[in-house]
Amino acid sequence: MEVFIAIMVGCLAACGTRLLLQRSLFRVLIGLALIAQAANVLVFTAAGLGKGDTSVIGADAKALPEGHPDPLAQALVLTAIVISFGVLAFCLVLLKRTHRRTADADLDALAQTES
Amino acid sequence: MEPVAITLPILIPMLLSLVAWLSRGSAVTSRWLLPAGMAALLGAAVWLFSIINAAPGPIRVDFGGWEKPLGISFKVDLFASIMVVVAAVIGFAGSLFAVSEIGRIIWRKGYGTFFFLLLAGINGAFLTNDLFNLFVWFEVMLMASFAMLVLGRRRFVFEGATKYVVINMISSFFFLSGLGLLYGKTGQLNLDEIALGLGNAGGDPVILSTAAFFFMAFGIKAGVFPLYFWLPPAYSNTGFATAAVFGGLLTKVGVYALFRVFGGAFGFLSEVTGPLFLVVGALTMVTGVLGAASQFHTRRILSFHIVSQIGYIVLGLGLFTQGAFAAAIFYIVHHILVKTNLFLAAGAIAATGRSERLEKLGGLLKGAPLLSFLFLIPALSLGGIPPLSGFFAKFLLLREALREEAYLYAAIALLVGVVTLFSMIKIWGEAFWKETPRPEGIEGYRIMQIVPIAMLGAMTITIGFMVEPLFELSGRAADQLIQSNPLYVETIEE
Repeated sequence: MEVFIAIMVGCLAACGTRLLLQRSLFRVLIGLALIAQAANVLVFTAAGLGKGDTSVIGADAKALPEGHPDPLAQALVLTAIVISFGVLAFCLVLLKRTHRRTADADLDALAQTES
Repeated sequence: MEPVAITLPILIPMLLSLVAWLSRGSAVTSRWLLPAGMAALLGAAVWLFSIINAAPGPIRVDFGGWEKPLGISFKVDLFASIMVVVAAVIGFAGSLFAVSEIGRIIWRKGYGTFFFLLLAGINGAFLTNDLFNLFVWFEVMLMASFAMLVLGRRRFVFEGATKYVVINMISSFFFLSGLGLLYGKTGQLNLDEIALGLGNAGGDPVILSTAAFFFMAFGIKAGVFPLYFWLPPAYSNTGFATAAVFGGLLTKVGVYALFRVFGGAFGFLSEVTGPLFLVVGALTMVTGVLGAASQFHTRRILSFHIVSQIGYIVLGLGLFTQGAFAAAIFYIVHHILVKTNLFLAAGAIAATGRSERLEKLGGLLKGAPLLSFLFLIPALSLGGIPPLSGFFAKFLLLREALREEAYLYAAIALLVGVVTLFSMIKIWGEAFWKETPRPEGIEGYRIMQIVPIAMLGAMTITIGFMVEPLFELSGRAADQLIQSNPLYVETIEE
């Protein structure tokens, strides 16, 4: 299962990188979203996956049984998802404004700040 | 008292950001709350520094009473407390400048709120000892800086901001990925525990790829070669107070994280990272200063010099000795004060000469003699003229490079210093010395703009006359930093 997900993370990151290298600003944004998902899934998987188990400690147990997924990694991913959602929302508004200013969604139009 | 002192530098700006948001409609309160709050923050920072300075070692606070491997903890050593004090000084100076620069509409949109949140994020990043917590503080800082950047509403601000936002998001994802891999490997997020757990895991591929992720993440934020291209467009197209605070503090948070991670917990990799940082530092210095030499726009010149100066500091990390760390810490403090001062001076120059382009400026020596004098202090300090702070910062770093027999890097550093001086003289000659190209003459700046510039200039001169005690202080800070290196811990235990 981990191997399958690792390949998926690689595909997400590769697609995201390809979109980042495009000239359209909106593809760049989608690329960022994909890379954000790749990072989130990576964190989720790196701590190990349990087979169909929840990471809730039972009423009569003191600790998680062996082989259960780590709840902390899931908490980290939850925080990271919220953060990346917020940043992406900001980014969307920013790109819309940039688009309106330059009247063009092409990255080549963003050259005025370079000299 | 220690937990209170450690949390105050974050609590004060966070609470005041709420107050600033609620009072943003009032013209007077929204403006003056900012410098008043920064003064309170400065007081809290100095208090924290005096506690840490008197303590025998770093002080740790575990939040919620959760012990070390479980909960989030802050660990404050001398390096962190020095950075908190410097950040508060820069926040105070920047807010004084903002009072006269920023227009009423932008205050009403919540400029003060984001300024406070930025400082809260920066202080959090300095104080925390937990990697995921560091990630969160980075995001707090970045979101606040995104908002401050676009509030300026200058002509090309959205362009510069787009580059800044996109590259910083990529940096965040690198950080998160490295963090996830490291947690999967060690099951720890606390930097001390990671250092102990890793011990001497130098060749492990997961650890090496984590190190590569962290280098990319912090390198983008610090603006090292070849990851600095976002910096000049973003910093030269926003408000002056904003650019001054960003130029002084934001890249240095990235540098601080590089020191914390690669100088501390990942110190066992120093045989790999040391030479890498030496090469990266040298390339950063050279490309930054050449970029500056080709520019004719005051803030773009200064932005490229941020990059170039980061190179010196990274060189100190690459040498990897206690003396080099001490010199680098001294350099960071000097650099933050001088760079913010130069950006503020660029703001006063633009207010007086009505332009940022060197060919349109001129005659300021006659028109604004006080400003000319105040510009010369940080400019000559950046170029490394004694007895100003920049001379001693460069001298201490070069002495360490020669001691480590890194002659090539010492020569590059000297050469870059000369070109830096050339850039500063270029601004001086064009903006101050030559006759003004405008027939109608030049207008004055506001006195409120001169106050923070004079304050930071006085500090630059003071550092120049107090090198001995300050270098002793940064030496002790470097001791504490190096002691968080697991190899060091092991040799002590043997």
